[in-house]
Amino acid sequence: MSLTAYLVVAALLFTLGLGIALTRRNAILVLIGIELMLNAANLNLVAFWRFGAHPEFLTGMLFALFSIAVAAAEASVGLGLVIAWHRHSRTTDLDGMTRMKG
Amino acid sequence: MMEGFLFGLLAVLTLSGAVGAALLRNLVHCALSLTLTFVGLALLYLNLDAQFVGLSQVLVYIGAVAILVVFAILLTGGAGKMPTHPTVSAGWRTGWLAAVAVGFVLIGALLHSPLPHSDVPAPEVTVQQIGRLLMGPYVLPLEIVAVLLTVALIGAVIVAMPERKGESK
Amino acid sequence: MNPGIASRVDQIFVILQHRIAELFPAVLQPWVAMILGVVGIVAVFPGIFALTTVLERKGLGRMQNRLGPNRVGPFGILQPIADAIKSLTKEDIVPRTADEVVHFLAPVVLVVAIFLGYAVLPVGRNMVLLKIDSGILFFFAIGASTELSIFMAGWSSRNKYSLLGAMRAVAQMISYEVPLLLAAVVAIMMTGSLSPTAIVRAQGGFTGFFPRWYVFTPWGFAGFVLFAIAALAETNRSPFDLPEGESELVAGYFTEYSGFKFALFFLGEYLGMMSIAGYGITLFLGGWGAPASFLEFIPSWAWFFAKLFLAIFFFIWLRGTLPRLRQDQLMNFAWKFMLPMTLLNLMVAAAWRFLGEWFGTGILAEGVRWLLCAAILAGAYVALALTLLRRQKIAARSYRYAD
Repeated sequence: MSLTAYLVVAALLFTLGLGIALTRRNAILVLIGIELMLNAANLNLVAFWRFGAHPEFLTGMLFALFSIAVAAAEASVGLGLVIAWHRHSRTTDLDGMTRMKG
Repeated sequence: MMEGFLFGLLAVLTLSGAVGAALLRNLVHCALSLTLTFVGLALLYLNLDAQFVGLSQVLVYIGAVAILVVFAILLTGGAGKMPTHPTVSAGWRTGWLAAVAVGFVLIGALLHSPLPHSDVPAPEVTVQQIGRLLMGPYVLPLEIVAVLLTVALIGAVIVAMPERKGESK
Repeated sequence: MNPGIASRVDQIFVILQHRIAELFPAVLQPWVAMILGVVGIVAVFPGIFALTTVLERKGLGRMQNRLGPNRVGPFGILQPIADAIKSLTKEDIVPRTADEVVHFLAPVVLVVAIFLGYAVLPVGRNMVLLKIDSGILFFFAIGASTELSIFMAGWSSRNKYSLLGAMRAVAQMISYEVPLLLAAVVAIMMTGSLSPTAIVRAQGGFTGFFPRWYVFTPWGFAGFVLFAIAALAETNRSPFDLPEGESELVAGYFTEYSGFKFALFFLGEYLGMMSIAGYGITLFLGGWGAPASFLEFIPSWAWFFAKLFLAIFFFIWLRGTLPRLRQDQLMNFAWKFMLPMTLLNLMVAAAWRFLGEWFGTGILAEGVRWLLCAAILAGAYVALALTLLRRQKIAARSYRYAD
């Protein structure tokens, strides 16, 4: 398959992720949307590595590996924050997160 | 032909998982649908001859992130009955409009850019090569990621730790 | 014995696979060979599962001073067939409030994921289905995805016992996956490869008649013990069987399953136990290698399955001996004991490697290196155990929630 096909799939995935992050009310789902966008970027990186000029340097692949590690860190901190917020206000609804005071 | 069919199947699998996460009402269903996307992506990586990335994707996303998400859903009480109130925020039409606009711009740009359209032979990648690179030229990013993960671990524990009485109201 | 015959017996299944594949046109041959391999795995391991269930019940019975099943066939050996007929003919009940799709998918996902794990397990010389470079990573990735199916089962049943069991199981499996991985890393590190075949090959050869298995080095022994403990927890076997403790949670996450789906969970659990034992054997016990140089004429696959049965017997023995842990003990043990020990073991393995380069090879140098590494590990074990024991407050049990 050509590079374009993979990039189109990644773009569609990014669109869906953005849509989820912008429209859902629940904080956990917004995080899911962000994860989807990160994954779309990863797919781009690996596809560019595979069809790029110098696949022997593995740059895109290693970038994707680092990105996976960073995404794991992001998910753990993000979900920790959601749980902490839920303990405070008994909700995970983003529309209800309007106070900054603890 | 065979290759195109396989790719189409994997693309549909990946994207249908994401569509499910966008449209389903029950939070746990959304999380399971997201897992489908992760599986599809891992298979796409394997299809791209990036075996190590594909397996890392399964290990990290399905083994850790998906489990974290379902645990967070259970701990925040979102796993019970179907939600009765609307699950999308008030301005959801604008949100989707913006997302679709971004998607159009991205795909339009892709289709009009001169991308290499060649069938490159699959590069031979061994785990040893990846290891050498990680310990050689990429050792600094590796160390930074290690520090970041440690900080994230400690940070997540502290953030989610129950507050002691008297510390705040 | 003639070495030609011995090697032919050793390769009997490989030769058989080639002969059958040769009957087909050349285009189909790789596919036929693959399918034959899959059929072999799907036939052999459930067969061992059936044998294990009866051995477990008989063995536990002996340990508890009773007879165990003895009605079906001679000595009750046909009991698994009766069990299979029973579970196939029983009514398949799905609770009215259950989430039907997820409830159905959970056992399917579990069994498929566990069967996938066998794809890279070398059960004999040249006997591995998929020769991929990162086989061990594949196994851990697949193992990680079984957790999700357990969650699906517990959540979709809409039963508090199921949900509690699933939460316990997932928390336990995540906690013990970290030491499991880190314990396995020493073998990977010393071999310099993630491929199970390469790890087995690195443990081949003999010093005198003594095998060069990793378990006979200090770091290998510590790694093996830690791996075995983590494997017990990972497969929810006693003494880590809290997720399905019959006396507390009825049966944990599969309380609401009946008939064939229940049998699938049962199958998945035993297959998971056997695959993790198989990887433990591959990583530390020399895989399909013979335990002494003069026993090499016995085929490699026979050695692998002999070791597998020994491991299964060990699991059954532990189940008959140890009491179940409490949830807080379980978690404390994982994070305060297992994790530090596995991290230390990694460092000891690295030290072993570099001490070997500095000291050179000589019987004295080897001995010094061996004793030094063993002393570090034993000292750390004693110090850690004493600290943890001193910190433990022993008092009458308080019933916080039962009053």
